[in-house]
Amino acid sequence: MTDVVADPIYKTDALIAEDIDQYLKVHEHKTMLRFITCGSVDDGKSTLIGRLLYDSKMIFEDQLAALEADSKKVGTQGQEIDFALLVDGLAAEREQGITIDVAYRFFATEKRKFIVADTPGHEQYTRNMVTGASTADLAVILVDARKGILTQTRRHSYLAHLLGIRNIVLAVNKMDLVGYDQAIFNRIVMTYRAFASELGITRFTPIPISGFKGDNITLRSDNTPWYQGPTLIDHLETVEVNSAADAEKPFRMPVQWVNRPNLDFRGFSGLIATGSVRPGDAVRVLPSGKTSSITRIVTLDGDLDEAVAGQSVTLCFADEVDCSRGDVIALADNPPQVADQFESTIVWMSDEAMLPGRPYWLKIGTQTVSATIQQPKYQVNVNTMDQLAAKTLELNAIGVANLSTDKPVVFEPYKDNRTLGGFILIDKISNATVAAGMLHFSLRRAQNVHWQATDVSRDHHAALKNQKPAVLWFTGLSGAGKSTIANLVEKKLARMNRHTFLLDGDNVRHGLNRDLGFTDADRVENIRRVGEVAKLMTDAGLIVITAFISPFRSERDMVRQMMQPGEFIEVHIDTSLADAEARDVKGLYKKARSGELKNFTGIDSPYEAPVDPEIRIDTANLTAEEAADLIVARLIP
Amino acid sequence: MADAKTLTHLERLEAESIHILREVVSEAEKPVMLYSVGKDSAVMLHLARKAFYPSPPPFPLLHVDTTWKFQEMYKLRDRMARESGMELLVYQNPEAKERGINPFDHGALHTDMWKTEGLKQALNLYGFDAAFGGARRDEEKSRAKERIFSFRTASHGWDPKNQRPELWNLYNAKKNKGESIRIFPISNWTELDIWQYIHLNDVPIVPLYFAEQRPTVERDGMLLMVDDDRFPLRPGEEPVMRSIRFRTLGCYPLTGAVESTAKTLPDVIQETLLTTTSERQGRAIDKDAGGAGMEKKKQEGYF
Repeated sequence: MTDVVADPIYKTDALIAEDIDQYLKVHEHKTMLRFITCGSVDDGKSTLIGRLLYDSKMIFEDQLAALEADSKKVGTQGQEIDFALLVDGLAAEREQGITIDVAYRFFATEKRKFIVADTPGHEQYTRNMVTGASTADLAVILVDARKGILTQTRRHSYLAHLLGIRNIVLAVNKMDLVGYDQAIFNRIVMTYRAFASELGITRFTPIPISGFKGDNITLRSDNTPWYQGPTLIDHLETVEVNSAADAEKPFRMPVQWVNRPNLDFRGFSGLIATGSVRPGDAVRVLPSGKTSSITRIVTLDGDLDEAVAGQSVTLCFADEVDCSRGDVIALADNPPQVADQFESTIVWMSDEAMLPGRPYWLKIGTQTVSATIQQPKYQVNVNTMDQLAAKTLELNAIGVANLSTDKPVVFEPYKDNRTLGGFILIDKISNATVAAGMLHFSLRRAQNVHWQATDVSRDHHAALKNQKPAVLWFTGLSGAGKSTIANLVEKKLARMNRHTFLLDGDNVRHGLNRDLGFTDADRVENIRRVGEVAKLMTDAGLIVITAFISPFRSERDMVRQMMQPGEFIEVHIDTSLADAEARDVKGLYKKARSGELKNFTGIDSPYEAPVDPEIRIDTANLTAEEAADLIVARLIP
Repeated sequence: MADAKTLTHLERLEAESIHILREVVSEAEKPVMLYSVGKDSAVMLHLARKAFYPSPPPFPLLHVDTTWKFQEMYKLRDRMARESGMELLVYQNPEAKERGINPFDHGALHTDMWKTEGLKQALNLYGFDAAFGGARRDEEKSRAKERIFSFRTASHGWDPKNQRPELWNLYNAKKNKGESIRIFPISNWTELDIWQYIHLNDVPIVPLYFAEQRPTVERDGMLLMVDDDRFPLRPGEEPVMRSIRFRTLGCYPLTGAVESTAKTLPDVIQETLLTTTSERQGRAIDKDAGGAGMEKKKQEGYF
C-alpha cells in the first residue's frame, strides 16, 4: 500500500532551511501538552501513535527501514507497514503482540511539543492507565467505529475523569472500515454522550478518524465532508494545558529542599504547584502557620520578578521562620487546610491486597507520613460504575475509604489541586508503591475529638508501683511455647512484687476480639486492638506481657511505634516449623495440614520473623524455665 | 498576562528535571551523577547547577572511563568539574586495563568490561545508592518504558516487568537492602529539546559536535575519526581529512561521524531537523542482539 509509505504529511517547515535563527526564535516559544491514549486491544491505538510520530517526522529513515523489515517479519498488517511495531517496545511484548506497560512517546508540531502516555487497554492493567493519566492534560479515548462504545470505553472514560482530566477526545477510529458513514459516527457520539454525562463529563470532542489511513489526523479528510470540527492535531495544538489553569489558583509550593550554602543564605526550593509569587508577597508556612514575606526568587540566571505554577524555584524569606522539607509555602491570607483524617478514593496497584488498619507510608507532595486506611465504604465496579460492598481492595480495584495519618498533612481536595490532593501509598516492608489515591475532604471528626488531659500522669502511676512500665511482646509460631514461657515470666515477676498483666492470644479472642477471624485483615485488627490495650496498661504503670503469634512485621512495628521509646521489648520465641509441628500441643497443625483449618500461620499463611528482636529465645537449646529466667534478667538487670 | 504565564516546553522540562534532582538529593543517602561528557550529560549537569544554586550540586560526578574517549572529551570533563565546584571521580576497570581490553580487538567485550562492569564496580566501591544518568526516552525503545526512578537489584539488573508505578510527580525512593536507583532526570527530553536548551543557555559542549576538518577513515559503513595513534590502520587504509562532526559521542573507535559543515549551534540544529537518520545510528552498541539489544544490556546492568 504505497499511499501509507508516502512522504510524511508534516513536511518540515521551509523556514528551517531558509532562516534557522528565525525558526529557532519561533520554536523556543512552543508550549507542551501531555496526553494519554486509551483504547481496547484492537482499537488501533499503537497504530494511531505510530501515525502521529510518522506524520510529524519523528521517524527516521533507518527506523523506517527497520520498521518495513519488521512489518514483514512479525507485523499484523500483511505486507503493509505496521505502525504498531514502532511503539511496542519491549521484546516480551513484541513476541506476545501486546503492549504491557506505560510507555512515553514524543512528537512535535509547529505549535506544540507533545508527550504521549501509551497505556494498554487490558482490564488487568488499570494501574497503568491511572499512572499515565496522572500527568495528562488530555485523554484520547479510542473507539473502533465497527464496535462502538464497549465496556472498556466506559472504564477508560471513568478513569480519565477520576484522575481529573478535563479535556476528553472521543476518537472514533477505523472510519475507513465503515465506509466513512456519518450515521455510524453520530450514533456512537450519542451513546457516548449519554454515558459521559452520567459520569459528570460535560464536554468532550468527538472526531472521526482513521489512524491507518490518516483521515482527520493532521489533514481534514475528503472522506468525511460531513464533519466540520477540528482534526486531531488541530485540537491537540489549541486545547488549554493544565499548567495554564493552575497558574490562576492561589499560590502553593511544597518545600523540597532547604538551600543553605553558608550562614548568609537560606532559601527554600520547590516546584510551584499552583498560583504565582512575587517578591514582597505575604506567605504562610504550613502546617506551622507562621508568616513571612518573600524577599527574593533566586535562580542561576538571576533573581526573578515573578514565578508561576510549573516552575522550579528557590524562595527567600524576610524573617527567620522555621521551614523544612514537607512544609508548604502558601499565600498568607488563603492557605490550604491541615488535617489528619480524610475521605479518599484509592486505586490499589499491588498483588497483595490492602489491609485495613495496617500502617503504610503515604507520600503527598513532599510530605511522607504514616497512614492507616479503614475498611472501604464501597468499591467501584469500573465497568458498570456500581458501588459494591468491600472488605478490602485487590489489584486494580478502586474504592472509597477513610484514612488517618499519624501527623497532620497540608492538603487540598484533588479536584482543586493535583499536587496537594494526589498521594501514593508505600508498603513499609517491601517498599513497593502499592496504591495511588486522591483526597476528597477532611473529616471534621479529626478536629472534634480532643485528648482529655488527666491529672494523675503516667509517670505518677508508674512511680506508685515503683517500676518502669514495659511491654514484653512475645511472637512466634503456634506451639512455639509463647504462652508457657509468658506465664512463667509473669509468675517470676509477681514474686518480685512487680505489677504485671498477661494478655494471651486465645483469651483475648474470647472477649475483646471475638468478632475477628483469621484473615490477614482480621489479624492486623487483632494486633492493633491488643496494642492499644497494652498501651493503656503501660500508661497505668503496668508491665504488660503479650503472647500472640503476631505474624506480620508491619503490625509489630506499628505497636512498637505506639509505645514510649524503650518500653517495647520484642521477644522472639524461635522454634522451627518442624519442631512446632512435631509438638502440636493443640492438634492445630494436623487440622491445618488436612485443610480443615484455613489461614494457619506457617502452613498457608506467612510468618515474618523479627529481623532484630530485643530478645531471641532459641527453644531448641533452652528449657522454658531457662528462657523465662533469661527474659526476666533482661527486664530487671 | 495569562499568556505570559504559559510556560514554554523547555521551561516545563527544565522545571521537571530540577524537581527530580532535588527529590533524589532529599531522599537518597549517597547520590552521584554519572557524567559521560556528551551533550545529554552537559544538559543534566547544567540542570543540577540550576537546581541547587547558589550551593554547588551536593554530589560528585562519576566518569566511568574506558580510556578510549575522544581527547576533547577529557579536556571538557576536567574543565566542567572545576567550574561546577564538584568532585570528579574517574573510574577505570582495573581488570580491563590489565588485560588491555580495547574496541579494536575485543568487540562487545570492550563495552561489557569497561562500561557495564566498570560502572557496577564503581558504584559498589563508593557505595552510591542513587545514580543520575542522562538517558532519554526518545533514544531507544526499551527506554521509552523505563521509569524516571529505575530500580536495580544488588547485582545491578533491571526487571522491566516489575517496575514501580510512577504517578504525578511523586517518586518513591525507598529501597530494599542491596538495591540501588538509577534516576533519569531528562527522560522526557528529545534530541531537539537538548540542542535548543544548549543554544538558549550557552551550555558548554565538546567541540566535536561542530564540524571541522578531521582525520578519518571509512570502515564497515561508518566514518571513524583517527583521534590518536592507537588507531590501527588496516592495509590500504589512509586517514583522509574530512569536514565531519558527531551527533553522539562515545569511545572514538565505536562512534561514527557524519560529514557536515555545521559549525555553529543553529547550523547543527538545522542539520538535525533536516536529517533523515536517527541519532544512535552512529553507535555500534545498539545493533547487537537484534531489536532487543539495549533491553538485554540493561537487564545485565548496563546503564
